[in-house]
Amino acid sequence: MDIQLMASIPFLLGGFFFFLAATVGLLRFPDFFCRLHATGKGDTLAVLLSLIGLSIYEGFSFTSLKIIFIAVFMFLAQPTSTHAISRAALRCGLEPWTKESGERR
Amino acid sequence: MSNFFLYLGMGLFTLVLFCLYRGVFGPGVLNRIAGICAIGTKTLVILLLMGFIYNRVEMFIDISMVYALLNFIGTITVAKYLEIRGEV
Repeated sequence: MDIQLMASIPFLLGGFFFFLAATVGLLRFPDFFCRLHATGKGDTLAVLLSLIGLSIYEGFSFTSLKIIFIAVFMFLAQPTSTHAISRAALRCGLEPWTKESGERR
Repeated sequence: MSNFFLYLGMGLFTLVLFCLYRGVFGPGVLNRIAGICAIGTKTLVILLLMGFIYNRVEMFIDISMVYALLNFIGTITVAKYLEIRGEV
């Protein structure tokens, strides 16, 4: 077991943990906005951690530079798409869930 | 070495199946879009792990990059369409 894999395993396991948390939030939260809150933030951090771990495992090369480029792109694109879809939902007239309204959508 | 990546990919595939529940049965169009977007980000990481398992990272990295771009553009397009149409 070499040193690069040892250094990349905590990042990959952390990324998997945040993917798991985002999926649980996507399944269990009561509202569309709550679900988007879970996946938007959880998936961003999870992709960032996973790609950093994989680029550490790859070493210093052009491929790891491309992996870092994908990480930077996802770090910009994921909050943008989350914001766009939640704004579309709000403009379409989807009411946010409150404790009084009760029903789960 | 490559066994760890294999088990990690299997775990991510299980999470993709759980997200697919939200994508298929989610009430309304918007929940389905949220599920599909979550599946797309997980698929990006799974593709990179496949590249490390098969020792062909320099090929799979381009597929992963295109997948990230397509996921982003698809979500933005559907959001813009729903916003212009004005109803869910």
